[in-house]
Amino acid sequence: MATKKFMYLNRRSSFGTVYAIESLEVVLIAAAFEQDVSLAFMDDGVYQIVEGQNSDGIGMKNFSKTFHALGDYDINKLYVSKESLEERGLTESDLMPLVYEDEDDDWAEKPSIKIVTNDELTAIMSEQDVCLSF
Amino acid sequence: MLHTVNKSSFERNSLQTCLNTIDDSSVILFIEDGVINAANNTKSSMIADLATQGRVFALQGDVEARGISSKLADNIKLVDYAGFVDLVVKHGTAVSWV
Repeated sequence: MATKKFMYLNRRSSFGTVYAIESLEVVLIAAAFEQDVSLAFMDDGVYQIVEGQNSDGIGMKNFSKTFHALGDYDINKLYVSKESLEERGLTESDLMPLVYEDEDDDWAEKPSIKIVTNDELTAIMSEQDVCLSF
Repeated sequence: MLHTVNKSSFERNSLQTCLNTIDDSSVILFIEDGVINAANNTKSSMIADLATQGRVFALQGDVEARGISSKLADNIKLVDYAGFVDLVVKHGTAVSWV
C-alpha cells in the first residue's frame, strides 16, 4: 500500500470534548496501516500532553498515558506550538517526556516532542498529503 | 448568584460574557475545561481582582485531570463535589455559562 504523510492537528484539551481521544484513536489506526504520521499540538491541544494528569476525580479514563506508546508505533514526530505554550504559561518541561527508540542509531532513546513556531508548523503542514484537524 | 463556566477562554468567550454581567456578590466556579481559566497564563488578569476577593473557585477533580494543580493563578479556591453543592446552596440562583 502506498504511504502518505498524515498530520493530525490537536487543538482541544483532553476531557471537555471527545475530540482529543478520537484523534488518538485515528492516529493509532493510521499507524496500524504503516502511514507516515505526524501530530501537532496547538491552542488548548497542548494540555493533552501536560505531565501529571490525574482523572480519578472525574471518573474518566486518563488516556494521556497512551501517548507514551506512540513511539513503539513509529510515531515520533510530535510538534508542539511554541506560541500556544507561551500563551498558557507552559514550557517544554511541563510536558510528558515522550520518547522513541531510533532503530537507525542503535535504538538510542530520543525525544519525540519538538517545539515549533507557527512559521515552522506552516512549513511542516505544507509537506503533508493529508491534514486532519481535531 | 453562582456562575459556572465550563469552557476555556482560549476557545470561547463565555468567561468574558460572564464577567461582563456578574454582580458584586456573585462568585464564579470553573468546571470541566473551564478550569483552564484558573491556570496562571496570559488570560489570568481577567479574574485576578475577583480571585483576590475570594470569589473564584475551581473544581478540584477537573484541575487534577488536566495536570494544572501546580500551575494555578493566585487566590483560586479549590472545591470538591460536596463544595460545589455548598456553593449552589449558599448562592441560590445558578447561571451555567455553557
